Amino acid sequence: METLEQIRDRLVARFPSAQVTLVTNPGAAAEHSLLLDATHAHDLALFLRDDPALRLDYCSNVTGVDWPDKEITDVTKTTVPDPAGGPPKIVESKTTRLQPGYLEAVYHLYSMALKHGPVVIRMRTANRSDAVALPSLTPVWRACDFQEREVYDLYGIIFERHPDLRRILMWDEFKDHPMRKDYVEPDDYEWEPTAHGDVLERAKANAATAENLKGGNLQPEVPQTPEAKP
Amino acid sequence: MNPSQVSGFSPQLSAPAPFGGPAGPTVRQVHDQFHGDLLEVSMGPQHPSTHGVFRMVVTLDGEQIVKLKPVFGYLHRNHEKIAENTTYLASMPYTDRLDYLCSMSTNWAYALAVEKLAGQAVPERAQYLRIIMAELTRLVNHSCLVGFLFNDLGTSFTPLLYAFREREKIIDLFESLSGSRMMCNYQRFGGCRVDPTPEWIAAASALVDNFPRFLDEYEQMLTGNEIMLARTQGIGRLDPAHAVNAGLTGPVLRASGVDYDLRKVDGYGFYPKFDFRVPLGAHGDTYDRYMMRILEMRESVKILQQAFKELPAGPIMDPKAKLRGFRPKAGEAYGRLESPKGELGFYLISDGSPNPYRYRVRPPSLINLTLLEEMCLGHTIADSVVILGSIDIVLGEVDR
Repeated sequence: METLEQIRDRLVARFPSAQVTLVTNPGAAAEHSLLLDATHAHDLALFLRDDPALRLDYCSNVTGVDWPDKEITDVTKTTVPDPAGGPPKIVESKTTRLQPGYLEAVYHLYSMALKHGPVVIRMRTANRSDAVALPSLTPVWRACDFQEREVYDLYGIIFERHPDLRRILMWDEFKDHPMRKDYVEPDDYEWEPTAHGDVLERAKANAATAENLKGGNLQPEVPQTPEAKP
Repeated sequence: MNPSQVSGFSPQLSAPAPFGGPAGPTVRQVHDQFHGDLLEVSMGPQHPSTHGVFRMVVTLDGEQIVKLKPVFGYLHRNHEKIAENTTYLASMPYTDRLDYLCSMSTNWAYALAVEKLAGQAVPERAQYLRIIMAELTRLVNHSCLVGFLFNDLGTSFTPLLYAFREREKIIDLFESLSGSRMMCNYQRFGGCRVDPTPEWIAAASALVDNFPRFLDEYEQMLTGNEIMLARTQGIGRLDPAHAVNAGLTGPVLRASGVDYDLRKVDGYGFYPKFDFRVPLGAHGDTYDRYMMRILEMRESVKILQQAFKELPAGPIMDPKAKLRGFRPKAGEAYGRLESPKGELGFYLISDGSPNPYRYRVRPPSLINLTLLEEMCLGHTIADSVVILGSIDIVLGEVDR
């Protein structure tokens, strides 16, 4: 099989307006990957599938990865000359900046016809909140059908042109995306009180007392006055 | 795009258009008094034929299936999230619970991916032991699957109990080796956990040598069975182009005649040293999928006999392997192997910390269900049970 650099060069030659970047993998496996830009991803994927030298007809694995916002501290060193004539001082100044996070969809492609692979391709969303749409590759490989639904369900990437984008593992009314790194589990467990302090505290906080039910829909039962006998 | 526009089960029927394939049966317009309305049946989640908590929403025209939507998630416990919150080694016993019939090969798949991530070598004896365990697991899975398939056909429990008799012997071996019948937790990164004694090897070898007799008995009872032939031949056909595009793997794919077995293609472990053949089907129907399992069991017996003959002495763990405080270098790896159900893969991203940053299971059972609707369209509802049985799913792995 061609190297990933050759594949990238051929993709860029065939689609001059597309952005294809090589993402290196520093680990022992050294499976590098190609980062495709979302606007051309469908055409690029079709090329990878139908090109006679590649024929990546089998999409094995589709998955999402969450990369949250990261705070990066830049340290800049400036040399300040000493007005008294001593040696110049080195002053460090720290600036923190926020590297915006993104969601990523990773696809592992193999060729069943030519028995080679893998070619790993990935796509990234613009951010993690409102611009989370990526083109679906289900029209290219039917194998992405359930797996893209799962990525939508657990990570919240919206796959455009997916024929049936619904939640697959969580129930339809569920609001959040549980595989995201900042997902907080709801504190709605029914606790069995034991003789452990913090458990008792949580049980107390969740107990159906009149204090806890104040303001909610549930109202504590009012003891009914016995009916007057005729 | 608003996700609520695309979510939700749409009640109106559309003609199924399976990606350039042959058009499914058209839904006839019913006007005369002799035909009733279309009927929507929810099969499952508690139904004996769905092999667990799995639901199919089937729309029926008379007895004929015109639409089928699988519904998942009843056994979902977010295995991936749990694994991302714990160390690499602590996930190993949890992988047993994915495909709880084949814990040995699920362990191996995870160990394979971690070894690829960390660049860990495995000694020769451990490679042989892994192949022995994986092939014994394949015998367990395939013989039980055939039994379950006959349960679905209506021959209640007789073939299954023949299979369970053999399964019990293999599971007893697993128990004496690993301490547990089904949740074996046997593989480690860089080797195996327990070295079998010579008595264990002798008992396992004798079992394998006797296994073809069980297969002959089984086949004599089942393969030429008249009900079996009538109910399975030509049912649930799957053409190879569709199967490849939909990512189907394992015996389901090979029944359609696609030569793709990871033991040959990837040659992981020591499989290239072994002499075995990959059976291929010709028609891609339910009967071929049944025959794949029988033929694969015969090939597994061949592999096992070679493995017991050539099993070398030596260590079962790589001396450089590190179990406590295991922190692989930052990077990612995708390791996959041929489990009895199909391609089982683990995708791991490490950020240098003791627990994986991303842990993903590629479940063959889930992805093999992609074409369930296309296979069932036009057949009766009783056939859908048999087709589902021939795909071979385990819900622990489908829902994770």
